[in-house]
Amino acid sequence: MNGRGQIILGIVIVAAALAAPLVFPAFRAQIAMLWIMVLFALTWDILGGQTGYNTFGNIIFFGTGMYAAAVFQRDGGFDYFPGLFIGMGLGAVISVVLAAVLGSMILRMRGHYFAIATLGLGIAAGEIASGWNFIGAGSGMSPPLFPGAPGVSYIFFGYLFFGLALITFLILAWVYRTRFGLALNAIRDNEDKAEAMGLKTDTYKIAAWMLAALFLGLCGGAAGNMLGFIDPRDTAFAGATFGVWMVLMAILGGKGTLWGPVLGAFVFHVTQEILWTHLLGWQRVALGLIIVGIVVFFPQGILGWARTRWPERFGHRVETP
Amino acid sequence: MLDNLQLFVDAPFLLIQVLLDGILFGAIFAIAAYGMALVWGVMNVINIVQGEFVMLGGFITFQLTLWGIHPLFGIPVAAAVLFVIGIGLYYGVIRRVVDKDMFISLLATFGLSILLQQLMNQIWGGDVRTAQSGLGTWFLFDYTVTIGQIKVVACAGALILGLILILFLKKSRLGQAIRATAQNPRAARVLGINTDKVFAATYGINAALCGAAGALVVMAYSVHPYIGLPYTVRSFMIVIVAGLGNLPGVILAGLGLGAAENFAAFILGAQFQVAFVFCLLVVILVVRNTLLRHKRKYLK
Repeated sequence: MNGRGQIILGIVIVAAALAAPLVFPAFRAQIAMLWIMVLFALTWDILGGQTGYNTFGNIIFFGTGMYAAAVFQRDGGFDYFPGLFIGMGLGAVISVVLAAVLGSMILRMRGHYFAIATLGLGIAAGEIASGWNFIGAGSGMSPPLFPGAPGVSYIFFGYLFFGLALITFLILAWVYRTRFGLALNAIRDNEDKAEAMGLKTDTYKIAAWMLAALFLGLCGGAAGNMLGFIDPRDTAFAGATFGVWMVLMAILGGKGTLWGPVLGAFVFHVTQEILWTHLLGWQRVALGLIIVGIVVFFPQGILGWARTRWPERFGHRVETP
Repeated sequence: MLDNLQLFVDAPFLLIQVLLDGILFGAIFAIAAYGMALVWGVMNVINIVQGEFVMLGGFITFQLTLWGIHPLFGIPVAAAVLFVIGIGLYYGVIRRVVDKDMFISLLATFGLSILLQQLMNQIWGGDVRTAQSGLGTWFLFDYTVTIGQIKVVACAGALILGLILILFLKKSRLGQAIRATAQNPRAARVLGINTDKVFAATYGINAALCGAAGALVVMAYSVHPYIGLPYTVRSFMIVIVAGLGNLPGVILAGLGLGAAENFAAFILGAQFQVAFVFCLLVVILVVRNTLLRHKRKYLK
């Protein structure tokens, strides 16, 4: 896809996204969730796809943002909207700091040790949150009610999440083209060589994780308000649902590409919304099967598959012998 | 928290109680950990589904008690059933990811663990289950320290299983093939070992070990569809601390972990026990990494 094609596609998607909540009022909640999913997949791909550091634990930033915003709204004494936005900002700041601290500890590990450490962090965060009375422990927290008619909140949050996802996408599209993005790709391709070439790989990795944490923190703060209830294990630090979905969506779409996670999130979310309600009780069985299926039979993802199928469309020159 | 620490000073026998409980619990971790080390060393796969195998072994034993069979028979039955399941999973899934990037196999086994969790939840429901073995309790030191006899039986069973495994790996033909494959799969293939079958057997044996461990867990403690992952993480920690293929180390690390965890649960409160396990995982990984870096500096 060339640059102009991408811009046209982008305009079409933005127009469709702006119109969607008004055209399909019955699906407003699902549309808002879709943008959260896009954000999940995009932020996972910064470290997972572009840098080659697969994490299971990005969900901690989402949950941290959610709790930080809810606590600020509870104790800050502001009106709804200032409280929400300051809370989101606070959540993002705390998430970024958390990413810097945790990252400087565990991002020095290589490959699968890092993956398992993040798995541990994600679950530990959920367990700690469900034992900590200040944030409601196991019975969770309820953020303040959205002022206005019930249907309006989904329009507001739908556009808010769309805006967040769009900003994330644009910033990532820019970042991946800079020296920073190239450094991340160099780390993915061969970390030892990248280090030998003089790149401060640890710094780049930590910065990449902080970038992911920034957007996830912002998203989490608003998501808690939209969902209306924060459960430590099932919404905030939902490792077994959101945490796995973000990995899956990025891999399904094609990890290490800009559009792949977006595509993966669309395909996954739409399929899930259609099928999920019919699978009552068997959803996680289906999720397990999907994970195994994608990982075993389709690890290159949709875009990766398309790239090998039509290499010339992606700007690769095909040498004919 | 400080009140709980004060309790140790007021009542020193509690120290013995907590320590004994922890050590008896830890022996079971060691079994699952040895299976994980086996799969990791031979196949280079980190098996996240380990904990679910343990839970499944427990549920199978629980099912036997529903049919009126004594749970001690659950140990061989669970091991046999899990062996078959392990072989099946190997040929269905694991075989296709063995030679790929380690993260692929990590994610594949993670998918399997989610699948098994929910299947167990559908079959046996989301309640905590135990199997009554009908054994009594020993009282020590004027009734201040209590030990469930079944816990001692479980601990002894775990040690015996470990011994059987060592003998199997050292003496039997298949055990030798497994060790050869672990050392160098390519050379093993050249010398006529069917590594595919060795991998299948290794994975099956691992599952069987976990099943037996699960039977011990359900008798001495309890099982639940969603508490498998802590067992996986415990096995992983033990393997990291003890190293691959070091059985005495695995058993020691297992006992130590059990004791540490029990003390943490007593001091911090039981609701933080799982959080402690996962935090300890991160700490162990960080420490390991720092030590490795330190070593590398000397080499430079």
